[in-house]
Formats: sequence, structure tokens, C-alpha cells
Amino acid sequence: MASLVSCPHCGSRPKEEFTVKGAALKRPAPDAGQERWMDYVYLRDNPRGAYDEYWHHTSGCRRWLVVTRDTATHEIAASRDAALDVPETRA
Amino acid sequence: MRYSALSVFLNGLRGNKGWGPAWRSPQPKPHYDVVIVGGGGHGLATAYYLAKEFGITNVAVVEKGYIGSGNVGRNTTIIRSNYLLQGNNPFYELSMKLWEGLEQDFNFNAMVSQRGVVNLYHSDAQRDAYTRRGNAMRLHGVDADLLDREQISAMLPFLDFDNARFPIQGGLMQKRGGTVRHDAVAWGYARGADMRGVDIIQDCEVTGIRRENGVVTGVETTKGFIGCGKLALAAAGNSSRVAEMAGMKLPLESHVLQAFVSEGLKPFIDCVVTFGAGHFYCSQSDKGGLVFGGDIDGYNSYAQRGNLATVEHVAEAGKAMIPGLSRVRVLRSWGGIMDMSMDGSPIIDRTHIDNLYLNSGWCYGGFKATPASGFCFAHLIARNTPQETATAFRLDRFARGFMLDEKGQGAQPNLH
Repeated sequence: MASLVSCPHCGSRPKEEFTVKGAALKRPAPDAGQERWMDYVYLRDNPRGAYDEYWHHTSGCRRWLVVTRDTATHEIAASRDAALDVPETRA
Repeated sequence: MRYSALSVFLNGLRGNKGWGPAWRSPQPKPHYDVVIVGGGGHGLATAYYLAKEFGITNVAVVEKGYIGSGNVGRNTTIIRSNYLLQGNNPFYELSMKLWEGLEQDFNFNAMVSQRGVVNLYHSDAQRDAYTRRGNAMRLHGVDADLLDREQISAMLPFLDFDNARFPIQGGLMQKRGGTVRHDAVAWGYARGADMRGVDIIQDCEVTGIRRENGVVTGVETTKGFIGCGKLALAAAGNSSRVAEMAGMKLPLESHVLQAFVSEGLKPFIDCVVTFGAGHFYCSQSDKGGLVFGGDIDGYNSYAQRGNLATVEHVAEAGKAMIPGLSRVRVLRSWGGIMDMSMDGSPIIDRTHIDNLYLNSGWCYGGFKATPASGFCFAHLIARNTPQETATAFRLDRFARGFMLDEKGQGAQPNLH
């Protein structure tokens, strides 16, 4: 895991300040159907490579971020505020 | 060659020049009845039991690295069957029974040591939870003993009993639990399978799964195409990547779990002891090093190395349980990639493709399950029906709402 995570509000900060939630997935509509919800709750792409994840800047600005991170090299390509950037569904 | 005290003695007299390799290094044949993807503990055990118990010997195990390079050589070597849930307990007890007879069965010294596993409790609520678990184990015919503070103190006097935050009140003991030399498990199964005609093909990475008319016809590999009648996936942390080649999306995330060995110390821990107030488990190897581990790092990872923050966390938990550890130096650490499932329990099941079988989702617990996982997976492949202790490990249990959530965490793999 990279030692530093770039936060759009605070700049480059030690990773210990952050808490990982997991895959950044778009929440389906309440009436989206069982299959769609099953996919959202239980199934994961789990790629070896670039992955969008929710991280919380717990010991900093306390904003939720979407961080694009490589799961094999741990390099962080981008991070943005979760409120500004709801990722597209990776179905 | 059959290994025995006599063979060791006779080879000793001949200057130990009579030992041959324990398994062959064959080139892949064009077609096998069963191809197993993944030459880890589970893949090798599956091949072994397919050949030995179910009479299917035209089998290949395809491994991208070398035998023993994955999780089977990257764990803390603990075996136990102290599970609470009905769908889990009989399966892990089958595994324990197979461990008990394993060395005679595959004629290899795996150093199975039933030295006991004790889980400490630190509060009244935790004692009640362990009482319940111990009762559930006994109802399934598994040994369990609830020990009080004095009994634990007699066994492990160096623990921090009067820790201000987490005083030790007692522990739940499974005497039949213990440790096994993990490399020898891989080698023993590999040798046993090879002796019965299974081809173990190392340095051979699967790059694609070929399908025709809705069934699998074989695998593309770095050593060319290998045809198969049935394809079995036992790829652990890489399960999602292999399954994707067959158009499947699995209820798994891959996470890194670290393990550690300290410098050699005089014998002082003669069992496996786990901290109930944090994630820390520890035993002492026959060479004297403490073998210990903790939680997964928490983020998805395919890198077989961990993060320093987790090392620090594990060390703190260890020191909270055994203050004397503060002076012990860590000799080495390593990371393995866990296939963390959505409910913390494994999957041994058929798939949407008739001749494709899946074995994955072992989370932290893959090593102790190795014999039963291999046996039950071989049963499923050979007979097309689940072995009776593995009927709960279905792939569709998430959609049906029949989760096997031993820890009660819900669909958050990094918390299991």
C-alpha cells in the first residue's frame, strides 16, 4: 500500500489517516430488481489492477473520497471527493 | 519409494544417495479427465483424493508458480475445528479427523502436532459466547473445554492477566487442535498424487478457458492448450481472475494477510493461544521461533506483501497479551492473498457451466481445511453431488439468503 494518499482537500497525507471502506459502487434504485441488488451487495469485479474504492479521511478533513488505486502495485492514480464523483456502475 | 524408518536407515548407510525427487516434472498431455487450476494445498489435496478415493487418476494440477509458493506456505500452520455454525462444524471436524490420520495415509511426515488451541476471553459476555460455542462443538461431537483464569494461568503464566483494559478471565480450549508443518502438507499431497499418476505441472499459468457449446473443453496455458473433461478451479486469491475467464463474477475480494516468525526462543508456549480482545494468534515452532499473525491489512490487494501499519498493529496486540514479547525481535514476515468471501465462509460448488467446478472463498481459514476441502471437492467432481459435510458451501447461497456468517459481519469481506 502506498505510504501517502492524496486528498483533494488536504494534499498528500500518510495512509494511516485514512480508513478504507471498499469498492466504490453505485447504489441501485430501490426498485432495481433482485438481480441488480444481488450484484451490488455480493458480487465484486476484484481486479488485479486499477480499482475505484471509497476511503474516508478519518483523521483529516473527514470527507469520503473515491480513490483509484492499483491492487497489485498499490499506486494511487487519482482521488476525488465522493460527493462530486459518483462512479459509474461496474456491472 | 515408501518412506519408513528403515528406508531412512538404509539410505543413510549408502550416503543418502538413493533419494529421488518426490514427484515428476512431466510435460502436459493433450487431454486429461480432470484439470485442476491451482497447485496449492487444496488443489493438490483434491488431486490426491480424486486418485486415491475416487479412482480418477488421469488428472493434471496446473500451477503458475512452484508447489508450495502460495498460501499453503504462507500461513501460521494452525489446525482446529472450533466452529459454531451447523453448516461449518461437521466439515471442519472432518478435516480434523483427516489431519489425525494424514501422515499414515499419505506416508509423509507432516509433523501434525495436536498441542491444543486456546481462545482467551476477557469479559463476561465473551465467556458466554465461548460457552455457547463450546456447547455447539460438543453437540457436534467435537472436544471443547472451558477453562477459568486459574487453569489458564497454570498453562500460560506469562500472559497479562491483569491488563487494565482487557483482563484475562479464561479461555476455550480445543485440545485436538494444534499445528502442522505446512510445506510438508503440500509436498506430501503432491507426492501422493504423483505416485498415483497425477501430473503436477509447475510454472504453467492458465491464460484462458476454452468453451464450446456451453461446456469447458480445456485451458489455454503458457505451456499450450490442455484439454479436459472437467475443469476444477482452486486458485485461492486469484479465483476471481480465473473465474472471469469463464465469464463468472464471484462474491469475493482478494486481501493480503501477513504472518510473522520471531527469532528462536527457549520453549515457553506449548499450545496455540489467541487473543480475544484483538486479532492475534501465536504458537511456537519446533525451532523455537514464535509463529504469529493478526488481521488482514484491510484493502484489496494482489501483492504478496503487507503494510508496516499492520505489522505495528499485530505487534501491539501481541504485546497486550504477552508483555514479554516487547523484547523479541521479528525474524521475517510475509503476505498471502486471501480469497475473502462475502460471509466469511467458503464455496465448494458446481457452476453455471456443467463441467466447471469451483473451490474458493477460504478467507483466513484455508490451511486447516486443506484435507476436507480436497476430499469434498474431489467428491463433488467425481460424483457431481456435494459431500455430506459440505452441502452448505453453495455459490448461490448469497442470492437465496442462506449465508454462513460465523462472525456476523455481513457482506463486508475485509471485516471477516
